[in-house]
Amino acid sequence: MVLLALAVLPAFLPSYQVSVITQVLIFSVLAMSIDILAGFAGRTSLGHGAIFGVSSYVAIYWTSTLGGDIWIGIALGILAATALAGVFAALAIRTSGVYFLLLTLALGMIVWGVCLRWTAVTGGENGLRGVGRPVFIADHASFYYAVLIVVAPLTWLMWRLVHSPFGLTLRGIRDSESRMRSLGYNVPLHLFVAFVLSGFFAGVAGGLYVLFNNFVSPSTVQLSQSVSALLMAITGGVGTLLGSFVGAAAIIVLENAVSAYTARWPSVLGIAFVLIMIFAPEGVVGRARLLLARRRFRSSKPNHSGG
Amino acid sequence: MMGINLFQILNGLTFAALIFIVASGFTLIFGLLRIVNLAHGALYLVGGLAGYSAAKASGSFVVGALAAMALVAALGAVLDRGLLSFVRGVELRQVLLTLGVAFLLNDISLVIWGGDTFSVPVPEALRGAMWIGGGMYPKYRIFVLILGLLVFAALWLLLNKTRLGALIRAGVDDPEMVEAMGINIQRVFLGTFMLGAALAGLGGGVGGAFLTLYPSADAEILVFSLAVVIIGGRGSLVGAALGALLVGLLNAIGQVMFPELAYFVIFGPMAVLLAFRPLGLFGRAA
Repeated sequence: MVLLALAVLPAFLPSYQVSVITQVLIFSVLAMSIDILAGFAGRTSLGHGAIFGVSSYVAIYWTSTLGGDIWIGIALGILAATALAGVFAALAIRTSGVYFLLLTLALGMIVWGVCLRWTAVTGGENGLRGVGRPVFIADHASFYYAVLIVVAPLTWLMWRLVHSPFGLTLRGIRDSESRMRSLGYNVPLHLFVAFVLSGFFAGVAGGLYVLFNNFVSPSTVQLSQSVSALLMAITGGVGTLLGSFVGAAAIIVLENAVSAYTARWPSVLGIAFVLIMIFAPEGVVGRARLLLARRRFRSSKPNHSGG
Repeated sequence: MMGINLFQILNGLTFAALIFIVASGFTLIFGLLRIVNLAHGALYLVGGLAGYSAAKASGSFVVGALAAMALVAALGAVLDRGLLSFVRGVELRQVLLTLGVAFLLNDISLVIWGGDTFSVPVPEALRGAMWIGGGMYPKYRIFVLILGLLVFAALWLLLNKTRLGALIRAGVDDPEMVEAMGINIQRVFLGTFMLGAALAGLGGGVGGAFLTLYPSADAEILVFSLAVVIIGGRGSLVGAALGALLVGLLNAIGQVMFPELAYFVIFGPMAVLLAFRPLGLFGRAA
């Protein structure tokens, strides 16, 4: 149903809105990749903006500086993102909670620092410009379909992943690491694989972003990228994979609306973060689920007062 | 090692002293209150900019530094009482909330001071260079080095030799017990938070004279503080000092030998260390 609605959208909407929705789809993938870790393995990452951006950097460097083929560039970008996620994972999986967050934050900042300072390769603050989209997906509508064709199966794949025995094991680790360990599960290995897979998906999002934006700069890998992607996952509801679409739509629409009136987007992002942390930490979809569950609980036990 | 001499080592030591001043505030709040204040870098930047304005207006460096500390301590109080009290006890939500505050503070300072680079004016007595071991070295940096040592000594004495320090340490382990003894532990915690914030402000006021202040300075100083605390281990003052020393010296070496990849030189060793000691050099399991 939703897919069908998404498929006919470009027929009704002007191209600007189509490109906003394209952006929503791309960032939903990034938000879901974060949610795989945050919602199912209980590890909140602040380094995914860097993984995402490295994929973009590699793809654009390959096509514009080295003059290579764009598809190979994107493949290499995804590979680089996955490898980087492997490095991050190796360093971070032994920690949890706040330490994991700090470590991924610091690792992401290193990537940002390197992108900023290594001017010879990354172009420093000026960033890198790509060679543009291939002709057959050049206009907004056809690019939208191309992204949809990639994102739909990818979403299904991620959904399958978190609902597979592997995903259940992750949830077990989230709820009680020591219990899973004593049951004989290899906890570090599961977390490592989850992180690398999550990095792969973030890399795919980075590859799509290259086609969408055709430009990459240190601001693509910086902390605010990780933060807004995490906010998307949280707004949608941590642990509700598909909530990421809701979250991404909310944040991107908000960003577009705010930037039409003021340049103070970081302030708005900051305030949004503070308000969500205080009032709705379980996110929109998470809260809806909670309410629904309460209602079900009440109707199934009519004599039971209180919820 | 080519190119490494006394001058670079002094650079490393003085930089270490500065990041220790900032990171000690971070580790104080993290270790004692268990709050990871990701707005610490933004507090540094706001403190530095306010210190710059106050020093310009009054013509006094000391007034600037004191104004920076006072303003940032007040901001810390607002942050602790106004916002963090809503999410007390939920670590991850506290961290993310302070992250939102960091974005907000950074953007507000961009509105007030603009995107220019500022340098806090150094007092007459600290300008110029002095002879050290057969070479000339900037007086101001020596001053920062001494200040860093003084901050370390003062904090160590406060925590280990005073009644207040004992209260803080006891409050961390068992707040209810301290409360039952008739002590307002919340006020002690608030004071600790303000002290930690004030150290970020002091760092901004002092650091603004030799690192200069620019819009992304908050992120850079936050990463250095994180590295220091991650290496040193949570809440350990000695750990923070050693971490700062390590980060400062590696940074000086990195800038000389691999200018474009200086970050790797700092964080590579941090990564290796973490592979063996996830809680840092002096970290204890919570």
